[in-house]
Amino acid sequence: MQNHAIKGMYVAVLAALALVGCASGPGASHPASPDMPWLERLSFGVNSQVLTRYQKLGREGYLTEQLQPGDGRVPDSVAQEITDLKISKTDGGTLLMTVTAEQKRINALPEGPEKQAARQALNDQGNQIVYETRRRELLRAIYSPAQLKEQMMWFWLNHFSVFEQKANVRWLLGDYSERAIRPYALGKFRDLVMATLKHPAMLQYLDNAQNSAGHINENYARELMELHTLGVDAGYTQQDVQQLARVLTGVGVGGPDEPKLKPELQTFYKREGAFEFNPARHDFGSKRLLGHVLTKHGFPEVTEAVDLLVRQKACALFISRKLAIYFAGDDPPAPLVNRMAQTFQDSDGDIAAVLHTLFTSPELAAQAGRKFKDPMQYVVSAVRMAYDTRIVENMHPVANWLNALGEPTFGHQTPDGYSMEDPAWTSSGQMSRRFEIARTIGFGSAGLFDPENGGPATAVGFPMLTTPVYYTVLEPSLSAQTRNALQRARSQQEWNLYLLASPEFNSR
Amino acid sequence: MNRRHFLRTGLAAAPALTVAGRLFAAPAGTPRFLCVFLRGGYDCANFLIPYSSSFYYDSRPKIAVAKPDPTITDGALALDSDWALAPAVRDSMGPLYQRGQALFIPFAGTDDLTRSHFETQDSIELGQPVQGQRDFRSGFLARLAGTLNGSTPIAFTDTLPLSFKGDAGIASISLARVGKSPFDDNETATLRAMYTGNRLEPAVTEGLELQQEVAKAMQDEMQAANRGAISTKGFELTAERMARFMKTQYRLGFVDVGGWDTHVNEGGARGQLATNLTSLGKGLATFADTLGDEWNNTVVFVLSEFGRTFRENGNQGTDHGHGSVYWVLGGKINGGRIAGEQVRIARNTLFQDRDYPVLNNYRNVLAGMFSTMWGLAPQQLEVVFPGAPPVNLRVI
Repeated sequence: MQNHAIKGMYVAVLAALALVGCASGPGASHPASPDMPWLERLSFGVNSQVLTRYQKLGREGYLTEQLQPGDGRVPDSVAQEITDLKISKTDGGTLLMTVTAEQKRINALPEGPEKQAARQALNDQGNQIVYETRRRELLRAIYSPAQLKEQMMWFWLNHFSVFEQKANVRWLLGDYSERAIRPYALGKFRDLVMATLKHPAMLQYLDNAQNSAGHINENYARELMELHTLGVDAGYTQQDVQQLARVLTGVGVGGPDEPKLKPELQTFYKREGAFEFNPARHDFGSKRLLGHVLTKHGFPEVTEAVDLLVRQKACALFISRKLAIYFAGDDPPAPLVNRMAQTFQDSDGDIAAVLHTLFTSPELAAQAGRKFKDPMQYVVSAVRMAYDTRIVENMHPVANWLNALGEPTFGHQTPDGYSMEDPAWTSSGQMSRRFEIARTIGFGSAGLFDPENGGPATAVGFPMLTTPVYYTVLEPSLSAQTRNALQRARSQQEWNLYLLASPEFNSR
Repeated sequence: MNRRHFLRTGLAAAPALTVAGRLFAAPAGTPRFLCVFLRGGYDCANFLIPYSSSFYYDSRPKIAVAKPDPTITDGALALDSDWALAPAVRDSMGPLYQRGQALFIPFAGTDDLTRSHFETQDSIELGQPVQGQRDFRSGFLARLAGTLNGSTPIAFTDTLPLSFKGDAGIASISLARVGKSPFDDNETATLRAMYTGNRLEPAVTEGLELQQEVAKAMQDEMQAANRGAISTKGFELTAERMARFMKTQYRLGFVDVGGWDTHVNEGGARGQLATNLTSLGKGLATFADTLGDEWNNTVVFVLSEFGRTFRENGNQGTDHGHGSVYWVLGGKINGGRIAGEQVRIARNTLFQDRDYPVLNNYRNVLAGMFSTMWGLAPQQLEVVFPGAPPVNLRVI
């Protein structure tokens, strides 16, 4: 009877659901409310909390709350766990300074065991920082009531992808997600571009920290247009890439001391945390971008260029289409993308407004259940399905599953981020590995309740997936094959496996 | 003996293969190809030693490998009057070379000049021209698999490598830490039945079969061990398992081996690099042995993102460089020689006064190999390596 606590919790949910009239017992089969697939996409997987809130606020009210969730409070114990993380206590700039100093100290040490040990220790710390950042993102994805915002966190971290193993990027990941992405996840697209542009993680990852007058590095300039704003084939030229690279000269990462500048340049100097605009490294010559002569000088010219990029129709279409692919499915209908792009342009790139257009569209409803979950959506939804709001104590298995499925956050080498489209995640190896994970979760053998500090494990045992959420959301949509498979289960554990492995659970 | 003919027609009469319920009519003797990627940029100058060059010995006072000398144990193994093999691979690659089953291509690499591990690895795996627009979702092995009929590709890695990224889903499974399939027959049958008629049915069926094949390969391995075979580990173990897979079903494989980024304490005849080379050499020799007759129908290509600085650095290691040495192995290749464009090694022939130059671009070299191995037409080669005319090094 390890599942007492969880069952008790469902009693309350059942009572809430009785009002909707959706709760039904095994065997009975009602058509699901059309809002269920819709809720599945607004969230990382419906749980009791989503149902209760939706029940209270209704469809439009729930959507409004998801689009403007404010802080989106996580449960107190999760909030405490997050507060206790090292990444929550130290800002990225400080961490970077400390690490740079330590690397300098280690390099100066004579070769030998002491140097090796110091290197190893620093490396271990770096790995811990990466894990902490992943842990925080996962805790929020699984337990935050602001489910749409958490999905957008993942979406933007992937859109503005940085790779943990490049330069000192891993030390900056926590700061990057917290300060460059989170505040703007449902805000203005332009603010996201500016925040990532000024973040040392991006500047190191795409080498703009090395981009200076006379020593042009085009890497970031190219990706800023191709991957972040306009999309490939948006009509810009190699000339535009070169011009933008010149605009971005001097946008970099500052050291411990301010550079010594000629008096006439001092007024252009800019410093925010580790971000630095160094006018001595900037090309002050005139530039022409996308047919426009830029009129400002120094960092304001960078802002002017970004404004120009994000106001292009190509940008509105590019971002809208990518959002539609993520939430609605591959090859989204052109009318939907066009309406979203129109909203984007009318609202000056307001992401919440664009999502409102998407989530009230008939096209999204028409695509219900057709989008294959990517590994992040799958893993998070499976944990939510298995344990609902009961908080797991060990996030290592979850992070490892994402690794095994090839989608660890901050683990994509190239700046294009992980694929949004189904074929990337439906290969044979992916399917069998996913089934193995389904089995591990279904049989309760993942170690999710073994505390990370090595303390005694809570006896939780296998989950019971025959929950009210199951009967409300999933059961009505199951195919005859899936029902047959569930009937063939020889134990609750095996039943769990089949449900988590089913086509219906693997898509949304 | 016409080697090309051998590779084309093969010795084993391969039966029509059924994978995932799909019938692959792979013609008998269709070549098998394994790509081995050494991630980290291995130090080729301490693998294939330019022992006739005094500049080599001047440049590496602490880590050079001694000239071939039968009176010392740590000397290199002379291959010709200029080049010698590291002692670490003397017993594994030496015999293959002498049998004409190994050749080395020095001054090989890419025109990517970033000297960044991941950028250069990516550009190699994408196999597209470095200049110009690149498609990050299209790797050269995926394009090759798409061009060939019934190539049954597989990546022996945790996740699909960039070189296999493409429209078609390609199986990937790491053989380094496999367990037996967690599913009993009943569960496997139920899982398959659940996807009957679903668009994912082929992938599910193939994935579950792949799992069982791994289990089967493990069983063979245990039986071999019971007969007194030495138990292997590390890359050797992976290589043995790969051979079991590629012997029967898969004709296009990829595996990567890490740990080559030797900035510090690289070692010479012994040490960090030598240990890695020993394990790699043993693994590839095991791969050849385990394939049995199919080795005559197989080509292995070993590459790395770049070579390292020709001179040792202040930490008795080497830093990121440019030109590398690639290996080609196979039962019926035209081996036992050093292939490709070469240049006398001297200070003034180093690239940027620091690295081996690249005289043999991997795209042209592989295009040339693929053209002979599979008889690919120019327009097919253009798909695999756009804008890279094949260079025929008469490897096959």
